[in-house]
Amino acid sequence: MNGRFIDNLPKVYGLYTGGFLVFIGLMAILEQLGTPADTLGVLFVAFTIAIYATIGWLSRTMETGAYYVAGREVPSLYNGMATAADWMSGASFVAMAGGVYFGGYGYLAFIVGWTGGYVLVNSLMAPYLRKFGCYTVPDFIGTRYGGNTARLLAVIVLVVASFTYVTAQINATGTIAARALQIPFEVGVWFGLLGILLCSMLGGMRAVTWTQVAQYIVLIIAYLVPVFWMSNAQDFGLIPQLSYGAAVDRITELEALHGVGTMVPSETFPGLRALTTAHSMAPDSVLASWKFITLVLVLMCGTASLPHILMRYFTTPSVREARRSVVWSLFFIFLLYFTAPALATFTKLQIMDPNLATGIIGKSIADVQSLEWIQKWSSVGFLAISDSNGDGLLQINEFFMRGDIVVLATPEIAGLPYVISGLVAAGGMAAAMSTADGLLLAIANALSHDLYYKIIDPEADTRTRLIVARVLLVIIGAGGALVASLQLSSILGAVAWAFSFACSGLFFPLVLGVWWKRANRQGAIAGMAVGFIVGFWYLYHVRFAGGTPFLGLDHLRFGIVGMAASLIAMVGVSLATEEPDAETQAMVDAIRIPSGKTILDES
Amino acid sequence: MKPSSAHTEHWERTRRLTFITLGIWFFFSFFIHWFGAEMNNLSFMGFPLGFYMAAQGSPVAFVILLFWSTRKQEAIDEECGVAE
Repeated sequence: MNGRFIDNLPKVYGLYTGGFLVFIGLMAILEQLGTPADTLGVLFVAFTIAIYATIGWLSRTMETGAYYVAGREVPSLYNGMATAADWMSGASFVAMAGGVYFGGYGYLAFIVGWTGGYVLVNSLMAPYLRKFGCYTVPDFIGTRYGGNTARLLAVIVLVVASFTYVTAQINATGTIAARALQIPFEVGVWFGLLGILLCSMLGGMRAVTWTQVAQYIVLIIAYLVPVFWMSNAQDFGLIPQLSYGAAVDRITELEALHGVGTMVPSETFPGLRALTTAHSMAPDSVLASWKFITLVLVLMCGTASLPHILMRYFTTPSVREARRSVVWSLFFIFLLYFTAPALATFTKLQIMDPNLATGIIGKSIADVQSLEWIQKWSSVGFLAISDSNGDGLLQINEFFMRGDIVVLATPEIAGLPYVISGLVAAGGMAAAMSTADGLLLAIANALSHDLYYKIIDPEADTRTRLIVARVLLVIIGAGGALVASLQLSSILGAVAWAFSFACSGLFFPLVLGVWWKRANRQGAIAGMAVGFIVGFWYLYHVRFAGGTPFLGLDHLRFGIVGMAASLIAMVGVSLATEEPDAETQAMVDAIRIPSGKTILDES
Repeated sequence: MKPSSAHTEHWERTRRLTFITLGIWFFFSFFIHWFGAEMNNLSFMGFPLGFYMAAQGSPVAFVILLFWSTRKQEAIDEECGVAE
């Protein structure tokens, strides 16, 4: 190929996508030739990780611009794909459909929140931060408001929010690696970390960008192919996302038949749940509606405050491209998120409908236990069946499973070939790795650029800065893997907290930094410190100290309390102290127009 | 740098567009979901409407909204002579 890599992107990623499809075909042939399923799983995961590692190696760099912001040359379409991979975590890929399966309508708040947040990113943040020309999010806070205190507070919020999130991602890579490669979980975690570091260590943001594009392609193929295949094989419709309305209605009938919500399970299995929530029943009280929209709000503001997402928009060549890449990001995320409820609905129908061959509820327990997928997933503790009432039939409150099964076992429930299960494992791995990469880089970059270079040693040369950045990346990665290997928290619980931490501390200092000239240093410091501390205190109060949630704001929604405190503190303190000097006000004017030089020089 | 009149006009129009965008965003994010139970009595493409709006309608609206507002913003940047 002639010319630079950046000029050949459609060709490179076109070939890559074609090559991946050929690889899937090859695996299908191997399966027909009698290759054992385990070998296919190993091949899928090993092959894709090898590709990512190769991209990471080819993108190695010793320039700060390339390491921190990928040389600011990523076109919007590709940045959109990279952001989508950065954004969609192992939890989105593996657990979201399961969340809709168990939570029904109420869980859809995650889908509304995690898409609508990009409207805030586009309208309030991304183009202005790009014009600023910063390397990291604390870089913006530190320069806009001035002073090391503001910068340091931004670093602290960033580290707490991102670290909460990254342990869940390393945990997910460990789970998938352990299952696909047949190794113990504790080894899988470190293996996953090794893959993550191979993608990011040598080339920083440049390497992470180009591996994330590759990972997006794998994860979206892996998510959509099984759903389309299953829908067409079971006659649910050509385009499943548009045709599951009838299935939603049918489930409402079946819920009455099987007693969903009235039949309460009498036994418990750790980590497993029985279905007790109606699928499409809307919040029907003021408190329930309030809980729905407060969750939506926290997720949206968290999205717009998470540094590993915002820093992706620093990599585009211009403000216009930054804005466009937010639009592409939302579009590529939307493709997965509007599929997840369809998948959850069809899986539920297949399990519950006695007229379908796959239906198990209401069948005899002996028959169900002889099914291959039931045996396979119960042997690894993802599923349990217990004849609580001893009638020999399987009732809805006698069937327990993990939410992850909805994505992981769908190919098997619908009787698709094993090659599809291997593909799903590769997709889950891609989703978890790409998010972990982005998060680790966000933390390490903030510590190396903002803490080490800007605060501790402003004289450091480029070489030292980049070595410090890499050492920090390895240390933080190892810390994350260590916490993950202890298995302290469930995947989704920790992920939701990260959003509340981020929006408590950073949302208003970022937004008002652009939209309110009067916002000053004292106000920003108060906003970050008060928001973060109040948020932390409230989380402790409702989650660990046994306090009663105020207005139904539980531990998933503590960001609402943190943000309110942050806003009041920031506005109050700003107004009570002097307005920012003329230079700062001119800086705010300059970031509001796309043309002209960036505020910070490239160095 | 002193803000020129073109810059002032640009920011006025940018701000107006942002308010309109956030108004539509508010409608699809919060307003309609407050009435989920009422909407569920209506049917759309075979779905209960409330369920549909949360699972698909609002995300579709956000995608269209962003395509629209980004085009508008680029037009404003061009017309005020501050595009890159």
